Amino acid sequence: MTEFNQKLDATGLNCPLPILKAKKQLNSLTSGEILYIVATDSGSAKDFDAFCKQTGHALLDSNEADGKYHFYIQKA
Amino acid sequence: MPNKKMAIIATKGTLDWAYPPFILASTAAALGYEVQIFCTFYGLQLLKKKLKLSVSPLGNPGMPMPMGMDKWFPIIFTALPGMQMIMTAMMKAKMKKKGIASVEELRSICIEADVKLIACQMTVDLFDFKNSDLLDDIDYAGAATFLEFAGDTDINLYI
Repeated sequence: MTEFNQKLDATGLNCPLPILKAKKQLNSLTSGEILYIVATDSGSAKDFDAFCKQTGHALLDSNEADGKYHFYIQKA
Repeated sequence: MPNKKMAIIATKGTLDWAYPPFILASTAAALGYEVQIFCTFYGLQLLKKKLKLSVSPLGNPGMPMPMGMDKWFPIIFTALPGMQMIMTAMMKAKMKKKGIASVEELRSICIEADVKLIACQMTVDLFDFKNSDLLDDIDYAGAATFLEFAGDTDINLYI
């Protein structure tokens, strides 16, 4: 998966900053647009899953590669 | 779907104990919660315009210290002048290195996200705090006001 509208580099940030910054950036997207987030916080996989479940945004993809976590969130 | 609500009572005024209320409040706000933090007693330190929060090794046996000092360093020496300042500086440096937000940053995010901060009027009077020492955009209230909101929330925390 490579297509997205905006990217958020949350590497080096710890809980809850990746979520808070993602939420802020999602505000600037319109419904249906996709935010790509890359993070290094090992708790972020579970946190983004929980974040999307509670906010209604769609977590299109979540994967880990080379110690980094990649998330594609489609705004509700 | 109506917004969920969370009410927090913040009673501690140290650097470490400032994190739980601000982390949970900012995250809950990001999830769409309506949040209030009622600050009482030492929790009023979290509302000071200029935050001066410290962490103390004294009387805190759970606090990890560098070089395993928490295992062998005599407790009495943690009371030495300057120890608190040193431990606070070390804790802040470590937090920065690990990408952990500062309390100031989390508090700003809370304010931006319309988290309502309330100062307990009784303890403001008790400690002779001036309103000008505290943030401008906060409310001053008492137990009944807190309970009015807290009674209708999904999550209630005493920190």
